[in-house]
Amino acid sequence: MNATAQSALLSIRAVRKSFGAHEVLRNVSLEIGAGEFLTILGESGSGKTTLLRLIAGFEQCDVGEIWLAGERIDTLPPYRRRVNTVFQQYALFPHLTVLQNVMYGLRAEGVTAREASGRAEQALALVKMEARAQANPSRLSGGQQQRVALARALVKRPLMLLLDEPLSALDANLRQQMRLELKSLQREIGISFVFVTHDQEEAMALSDRIALLRAGTLEQVATPEEIYNRPATAYTARFIGQTNLLKGSVSTGQARVGAWQWPCSAPEGAANFSLRPEHLRIAGPVRDGAIRFAAQVRDQAFQGAVRIVAIETPDGQQLTARLAASVACDKTHEFEFDPSDVVALPPEEAD
Amino acid sequence: MGVRMKGTTRTSSPVLALHSVLVFAFLYLPIGVLMVYSFNGIGVGSFPPRQLTFDWYRLLFRDGAIWDSVWNSAKVALVAVLLSLLLGVPAALAIDRAKIPGIGIFRRLVLLPLILPGIITGLSLLMLFVAAAMKLSLLTVALGHGTALIAVATTEVYAGVVKLDRRQEEASLDLGANDWQTFWRITLPNLKLSIIGAALLVFTLSMDEIAVTFFLVGRENTLPLEIWSRLRRGMTPEINAISTIIFLFSLATIVVWYRLRMRGETALESAL
Amino acid sequence: MYTRSYRAAVTLPPVLWVSLFLLLAYALLLIYSFWSVQNGFIVHAWSLDSYRRLVGNPEYLGVLLRSMRIAAFVTVAALVLGYPLAYYLSFYSRHKRLLYQIVIVPLWVSYLVRAYAWKTILGTDGVLNTLLQALHLTSRPVSALLYSPWAVWITLTHIYTPFAFLPIYAALEHIPRSLVEASQDLGASPGQTFWRVIVPLSAPGIVAGATFAFVLSLGDFLAPLLVGGPNGIMISNIVVSLFGAAYDWPMGAAISVGMLLLVLGLLFATERLEKKWAYV
Repeated sequence: MNATAQSALLSIRAVRKSFGAHEVLRNVSLEIGAGEFLTILGESGSGKTTLLRLIAGFEQCDVGEIWLAGERIDTLPPYRRRVNTVFQQYALFPHLTVLQNVMYGLRAEGVTAREASGRAEQALALVKMEARAQANPSRLSGGQQQRVALARALVKRPLMLLLDEPLSALDANLRQQMRLELKSLQREIGISFVFVTHDQEEAMALSDRIALLRAGTLEQVATPEEIYNRPATAYTARFIGQTNLLKGSVSTGQARVGAWQWPCSAPEGAANFSLRPEHLRIAGPVRDGAIRFAAQVRDQAFQGAVRIVAIETPDGQQLTARLAASVACDKTHEFEFDPSDVVALPPEEAD
Repeated sequence: MGVRMKGTTRTSSPVLALHSVLVFAFLYLPIGVLMVYSFNGIGVGSFPPRQLTFDWYRLLFRDGAIWDSVWNSAKVALVAVLLSLLLGVPAALAIDRAKIPGIGIFRRLVLLPLILPGIITGLSLLMLFVAAAMKLSLLTVALGHGTALIAVATTEVYAGVVKLDRRQEEASLDLGANDWQTFWRITLPNLKLSIIGAALLVFTLSMDEIAVTFFLVGRENTLPLEIWSRLRRGMTPEINAISTIIFLFSLATIVVWYRLRMRGETALESAL
Repeated sequence: MYTRSYRAAVTLPPVLWVSLFLLLAYALLLIYSFWSVQNGFIVHAWSLDSYRRLVGNPEYLGVLLRSMRIAAFVTVAALVLGYPLAYYLSFYSRHKRLLYQIVIVPLWVSYLVRAYAWKTILGTDGVLNTLLQALHLTSRPVSALLYSPWAVWITLTHIYTPFAFLPIYAALEHIPRSLVEASQDLGASPGQTFWRVIVPLSAPGIVAGATFAFVLSLGDFLAPLLVGGPNGIMISNIVVSLFGAAYDWPMGAAISVGMLLLVLGLLFATERLEKKWAYV
């Protein structure tokens, strides 16, 4: 399961963290490999920022350990850990120029001003901000500040870069652009990036692996493909992308949802079934194994290349289908899906 | 920005903590000494006192001149509060909103008595009253306090003015109320906390004011000046007693003022 | 959005009053300084006499210098006491609200009480002497504590340290904590962070606090009268006596104008500094 166990750079072991009576992280364990782009994904309040801050050293874990490159770091203050952070609001020093900001970490290490400024200029060139080296940070746009913040952290050649929702303060277009730049930057430099976000689309686009955090525990840790196609729980299925969550059960080797049934090897008992909207089609010629049913089109939304269609079966099952826009859609249709596209999930705990 | 700033890696610093304790001691021990002395049987002298007594307080309560001066101070303080608020509230509004040239100069002028040594303001007012051929009396003192303390009232009220929601006033005007009705029903009530805070502060400062009062006082003394004149003549242990009472009174007033201010500023976290 | 008459009614009364009572008053001070005294009467005729005598009087100059020296010492002491206190409250303390209240209370509690307290402490019968004798550091009471410039310095430091504390604390509170975290994240120890990030960003507060302490100490006349003795008088005491027994109002006014100009000049300079260093 853990593809990077051999080269685990960062090891978070059974960490717990509470703020007062509120337990924010409950027994979290995670391994991050060298050169990996890992996203910690979760809603607000899931504990993702706290987890990042634990790695950076701004919070102490109540229980558990954190190891980096074979050394225990959770007992170390932030200025002795070989990780650096890009903050959500960039936290550039307003009383220093852009160049001085980038040099700051090197000077703190004791690097001479000459060498520091040389390396800082290189780092700025890497993020294409060398022209604004003498500027005052408060005069820069959000995107520019972010690049400077990146340069400032990367110039120290940390073992790992932590990014706390760096794109959330940017507007949509800029965000897309910065996503690509971040990804290529990470490939180019080759160090591990630990990225925190609540935006699942972003997580899918950027990451080698996603760690989905829910109310302080890891719901699933997997590659984007795996987490999308084989979600482990109903929560994951709903959080990542869109899905139809069908309630049913498994008995005598068959999944049963309403009148439908198909062979299923999941454990017996109540179960949820995740069916992505793109796996629902208008029924074509009859095929073996496919589940066909008639349904009424309740609503449809034209979205350019696709059409999102809300349908309802005679026994009240409501589903969303994602069809090609060119497909004509009248009142009633025969729809079908392949059972192999359905993911069986454990039933949800009563929330 | 609604995000609450999380704390820094707050390790403790025993050195800083010790320094802080020492500074607090420096600030409070002298007053503590006074309070202890006020119960001292032999008046000022040996420390720690060998005899504890309420004699000085009893003497104090029978001291007519002191009570007269307290009453004088109270009268002056009340006038000062009225005057400074009547002028300070509009001043704060004007500074925040009036776009006329010279409002910057006005702001500096109003705030001058705060930053200048009291003697300069006191002397200047003295000359004004002399030029106006006014005899020095409690009235001149009250006028002096009121004028000098406009600065304090303005600063306090201004803090509330900048937090006013202009849109409420716009809504009021839109719904048909005229300027003055809006002022009485919307603006002023929203400034209630600031005004009360300002009143408390001005009152306390006026009760204790010496520098300006020194030059403007006539035949009747205010409390600080009464104490002052006795001090010049020699120490009497009564002074310790009255000082203790003044301290406790001011302490209570300032704590109330501070709580009011905090309540106004952080509606979410109410300490009360 | 408001009518003209409303705006006038709000703006005019304070402006008029302040112009009359403050502006005119300060102007009169200026005018008086250009008059002179002859035969015990004030002559209302333009004259630079007072200023000439002022500049040529070594005693006055000496007292002025002493006053500035004391004020400078008070400023330094107030900063040394006040800055670490403000830093501790802002960055380390878990009860900063409560402690803040405790610091500001002495500010508003009778100046007289506080100055008088030092008189009792520093006197020959006072607490300090008793303590020194009890610790066997001296065998007889030290009379030099009271009625000296040092006594004035201690008393004024006691009174004006909270004044210095206030703007420093405000400035420190204004510093975003994320900057402190960023500094530590980049490898700077708490000490380095303090000098390279916190101090520069709190500079306006330091300037304001120092200005308060200096200006108010310079013009103080009560503490010297209570604890200063003959060697501890400051420039304002001279002014007071000129308005009292020595009866030379124009001279007193001239000295006051000198003080006024000094203070205004200082305020002007520090205001520009504060603006320049206002990064957060």
